Amino acid sequence: MTTTTFKPIAARQAPVNTEGVIPWMRSNLFGDARTTAATFIFGGLMLWFIPQFIDWAIFRAYWLADSDACRAEGVGACWGVITEKYRLIIFGRYPFEEQWRPLVATLMMVTLLVASCTRAFWKPWLVVLWALMLSGFFAIMMGGIWGLEEVETSRWGGLPLTIMLATISIALSFPLSLLVALGRRSNLPAIRSLCTVFVELIRGVPLISVLFMASFMFPLFMPVGVTIDVLLRVLVGITLFQTAYMAEVIRGGLQAIPKGQVEAAATLGLSYCQTQRKIVLPQALAMVVPGIMNSFIAIFKDTSLVTIVSLYELTGALKMALGSDSDWRSFYIEGYLFIAMIYFVFCFSMSRYSSWVEAQANKGKQR
Amino acid sequence: MSDPIITFDKVNKWYGNNFHVLRDINLSIAKGERIVICGPSGSGKSTLIRCINRLEEHQEGRLIVDGVELGDDVKAIDQVRKQVGMVFQQFNLFPHLTVLENLTLSPMWVGKLPKSEAVARAMEQLERVQIAEQAEKYPLQLSGGQQQRVAIARALCLTPKIMLFDEPTSALDPEMIKEVLDVMVELANQGITMICVTHEMGFAKAVADRVIFMDQGQIVEENTPEEFFNNPQNERSKDFLSKILGH
Repeated sequence: MTTTTFKPIAARQAPVNTEGVIPWMRSNLFGDARTTAATFIFGGLMLWFIPQFIDWAIFRAYWLADSDACRAEGVGACWGVITEKYRLIIFGRYPFEEQWRPLVATLMMVTLLVASCTRAFWKPWLVVLWALMLSGFFAIMMGGIWGLEEVETSRWGGLPLTIMLATISIALSFPLSLLVALGRRSNLPAIRSLCTVFVELIRGVPLISVLFMASFMFPLFMPVGVTIDVLLRVLVGITLFQTAYMAEVIRGGLQAIPKGQVEAAATLGLSYCQTQRKIVLPQALAMVVPGIMNSFIAIFKDTSLVTIVSLYELTGALKMALGSDSDWRSFYIEGYLFIAMIYFVFCFSMSRYSSWVEAQANKGKQR
Repeated sequence: MSDPIITFDKVNKWYGNNFHVLRDINLSIAKGERIVICGPSGSGKSTLIRCINRLEEHQEGRLIVDGVELGDDVKAIDQVRKQVGMVFQQFNLFPHLTVLENLTLSPMWVGKLPKSEAVARAMEQLERVQIAEQAEKYPLQLSGGQQQRVAIARALCLTPKIMLFDEPTSALDPEMIKEVLDVMVELANQGITMICVTHEMGFAKAVADRVIFMDQGQIVEENTPEEFFNNPQNERSKDFLSKILGH
């Protein structure tokens, strides 16, 4: 019996182009009857709405800060309200002459935040840098030293307050939620029950009531004369709240790790802490990066609720800036668009960063 | 004959209240012995070997491994685990670490070896299973047979006295079974105590000192491979062998 040799068929190009812009449009926008109909309907809606919006926002807009001229007939958006009020919106009730201080402090914080996101900075001395930056931040904002005038925390506001609350809440709630998630899966009944009760209690109430309780009820339990700074109360409230939510996200990731991983680690002699730190958590956290980033973005926007305790962060500062001035009160759309842009810039950056983190974390899974 | 390295003395285990998974197991395994455990699924074979490194707890009886009685004492369990290596059916490699990192993890973190020594030892084991060129790859970039060989190398890095194999080739496609069995045969010839749960009867015939047949949680028959395959003493063993050796 003669055997034949294996003659491989040479690879050829596909007959119809499937990669590129035109093929994408062909398959995604005009693929079948329903898709084509949807393209026309939504395309039509966009064609109707977007030019109207651009007309209002740009072509018919009035750019100078003259509220009477803005109220004239046929004028579109009045961006003058921003040029007039931007300092009040961005810095809140911080004293006008001292507003360079929150500017400097916030720039310091944002710079270190962005730097911390890059690999080059993931070294032990980053912790020291953060400690220095935070003490510098509070020193500059609070004043009372270095010849700076003292400004009490209830006057801090606007974007610096939003960024500070979000940053510190995120930094504190992440490690706490790790512990709570691990605690909920612990074999020790006391720890397990404690963590479960914590999560269920906090998730049972809205953030606004947690802030309310932290701010108004908490001081009732303190001895007479002892006041806890309002910022601290609010920080504790937001941090505890997000810890409960993030703990559940992380627990979902922990549950998805096959039991075999922990068994293999056990047979290799690794302790509980070593197993969690080197085997389980890296895999679990890589899996739930989208969920965690979601929580971070939610924290950033939850800061807007601190208005309830009279801290005027970005959203509260806007309401205060426009509400108290009868001239500009009707131009709230432009104001909200302005702060929406600011929120969007921050939240979208976090979102993009999340995609980068996911790609890094999943390097090992590429075949 | 020296002292047995593993002793099962009337060991019983239940899952919950009703499922009696190991029934009156009496077994002695000598140092350097190669044991193959076979039987139908659900017979308790995996549970038996998982009791040896305390991945499962037994409720009755005594189990002594390398001179240490396995009970609730955590230190004793850790001591035993340093001497017992295990290879799983699903490989259980750590997918987020490279092959080399998988192997050096335990020697560095548990054995407290310096990195260079751990890497040298890891490369030695990788060469032993003939997969040294894949050291920087991630497990998911390797084929099943390669992954299982890495798993074997990982277990060997701790120089265990006893190696447990829980159906190591059951998740592999047929072409790759040979490469893993070759590694196991070579290991067997180097004097390590091996306990292997497998359906590969060719491997049992080639390497085993004793074949143990289990069904419904108890040891039905144990004998040398020649005796067991050619001259089964028990009805149940005859029945089992007729089914698996038929095709």
